[in-house]
Amino acid sequence: MSIVEKLKPVFLEYPATGEGRYKYTFNYRKIWQMVIMLTAAVTLIPLIIITCIDYNVTQRSIESEISLRARRTASNTKRAISFFLSERKAALDFIIHDNARKALTDMDRLSTILKNLQAGFGGFMDIGVINDHGIQVAYSGTHNLGGKDYSDQAWFNKVVARGVYISEVFLGFRNKPHLVIAVKSQLDQGAFYVLRATIDTDQFNEILSSLELNGKGDVFLINRNQVIQTPSRHHGDVLSLVDIPVPEYSDRTRVKVFQDQKMEQYVVGYAYIPDTDFILMIVKQKAALMKSWYATRSNLIGFLLISITVILGVIVFVTTYLVNQMFFSDRKRAKAMHRIEYDNKLATVGRLAAGVAHEINNPLAIINEKAGLIKDIFVFREKYSADDKLMGLVDSVISSVARCGTITKRLLNFARHMDESFQVVEIGTVIREVLGFLGKEAEYRSIEISVEVPNSFPKIECDRGKLQQVLLNIVNNAFFAIESEGKLSIQVKQRDEKYLTVTISDSGCGIPEKELELIFEPFFTKKSDQGGTGLGLSITYQLVEEAGGCIKVKSEVGVGTSFIVNLPFKPKPRKEANTCESF
Amino acid sequence: MRVLLVDDEVEYVSTLAERLSFRGIDAIWVSSAMDALERIRQERFDIAVLDVKMPKMGGIELKQIIEKIHPDMKFIYLTGHGSEHDYQKGVTDGVSYLIKPVNLDKLMSTMNQAMINGGS
Repeated sequence: MSIVEKLKPVFLEYPATGEGRYKYTFNYRKIWQMVIMLTAAVTLIPLIIITCIDYNVTQRSIESEISLRARRTASNTKRAISFFLSERKAALDFIIHDNARKALTDMDRLSTILKNLQAGFGGFMDIGVINDHGIQVAYSGTHNLGGKDYSDQAWFNKVVARGVYISEVFLGFRNKPHLVIAVKSQLDQGAFYVLRATIDTDQFNEILSSLELNGKGDVFLINRNQVIQTPSRHHGDVLSLVDIPVPEYSDRTRVKVFQDQKMEQYVVGYAYIPDTDFILMIVKQKAALMKSWYATRSNLIGFLLISITVILGVIVFVTTYLVNQMFFSDRKRAKAMHRIEYDNKLATVGRLAAGVAHEINNPLAIINEKAGLIKDIFVFREKYSADDKLMGLVDSVISSVARCGTITKRLLNFARHMDESFQVVEIGTVIREVLGFLGKEAEYRSIEISVEVPNSFPKIECDRGKLQQVLLNIVNNAFFAIESEGKLSIQVKQRDEKYLTVTISDSGCGIPEKELELIFEPFFTKKSDQGGTGLGLSITYQLVEEAGGCIKVKSEVGVGTSFIVNLPFKPKPRKEANTCESF
Repeated sequence: MRVLLVDDEVEYVSTLAERLSFRGIDAIWVSSAMDALERIRQERFDIAVLDVKMPKMGGIELKQIIEKIHPDMKFIYLTGHGSEHDYQKGVTDGVSYLIKPVNLDKLMSTMNQAMINGGS
């Protein structure tokens, strides 16, 4: 049996349940489905659950790792920026304390301070002193801004109120992004002045751009109105609106996940820079960060799918194999049961026939002898021997008895087959014995029977009873196929040294092609309304196989059917393979 | 030739005996094995035609007993029961085996054959 045949659920080709007493013990489809479903459930569900748990745990740990890293970067960067700003603020504070107000209004002194600041810190563009009326009283820098009135500007009011002011980044009329740091210096009697410095954002940007970030990372500052303050790689130009909403205020570094309009997710680590409007944004593309996880994930899912396929495959294979075996043995058992039933029936019929033959034989023998005696008396006493009519009557009685005797002998011969032994028989004799029973029926139905056995055909060694049964079954079928007026021919030929071929052909109705495959199946019958069990040909098939022969059928609807039986001259040892395929 | 016919069917065996006597054969009939043994002890017979199946004792058993008394006697089995088993036994014993109803000429030729062959 090839693997494909083993894998094929044979029982699916048969009805789920047979009928009546030929019912199968189990519903194989149901068993098959149940076993596959149950086994699949108990093996696959735990596997899937464990994979899901592992999937979630791994995903969550990777996400928390990403978030932790973003927060750490944000926190470090926040410190660097705060330090940068407070350094510059402290520088201005130092200038206020180091110089008297008068010295600061001195233009030379102020430009020296600017030069020193540029040399010491870099990035300072200009510096100015504004009095408590908001008028710039002294200025040093690239533009001539001396005397400018700032009193109505918001930043001036803020610096007056808070003492320190760090502006947002703006272009101003310089048309270059810059920011302003202003420090208020309190004088006696409520008077004050403000030292104001403009710083370009280059150094500022440098701190941010030097950060190395993974996952298409981007770091920049925005103000609370969502305006980008420092260059961003992916999220817009300086002073344009950023595509990410402003995160809610928190005095600590936090991480949030946002989604942009393209449904792309970003992991954002952010921090509000103290004393300023700045919000530090560290934006990373979630998809890029999760890349390694995606690879692991597809491995995990791939492994799961392969496992499921393999497990299902094995389950289906094993279940199919086992259920097939069950099915085969059940069929074998059913076949055997019905064989026994059939044999029993046959044995009963045989015994009945033998009994009847015995019982009839004795009175028949008496009639025979009495009639014989009458004849003897006529002959020996010579009184009636010349009476042809009387002699004719007696002869007719004797010949009728002889005919009855032939029938009973035949019956007895036939009933004998219960003994399982091999005998040397003449095939022609066996055929004529079988036909002997059907001779009258053939005559009534005008069936012409011809038997062709070559002269001095070798005798064969076989179980006579079984051979009779085989021939009788086939001939019976032929009689069924021929309704009336037809031909039945039996031909015996020597095939080779080992085999002979018996061809039994009828001119009956024929068998449709699709039924040809089924006729040797047990319980296949077209005579169920006439008491057919569908066992005749299946038993015939089995008997021929057991004898080491083979049986084939050829048929054409409307033309007739031929059964070709190949039988060995000598019975084969059981171990020897059946060579039926070679025919 | 003296023949002993043993058969439980009286009608049959008596008619058979009568018919044989028409043909010049001295045929004596009995209807049971017991009667046959009794008869054997009193008279001599050349050949016995035995029914295989009879009540109490069948022909095969009877033959074995008669053989001990008269080792020279010949036997023919005659039966309405054409059983293969018995037939095989008959052949191995070298005894002819005829099935009822039998043609009288066949019976006579078988008897003659048995006499010539010495029954074995």
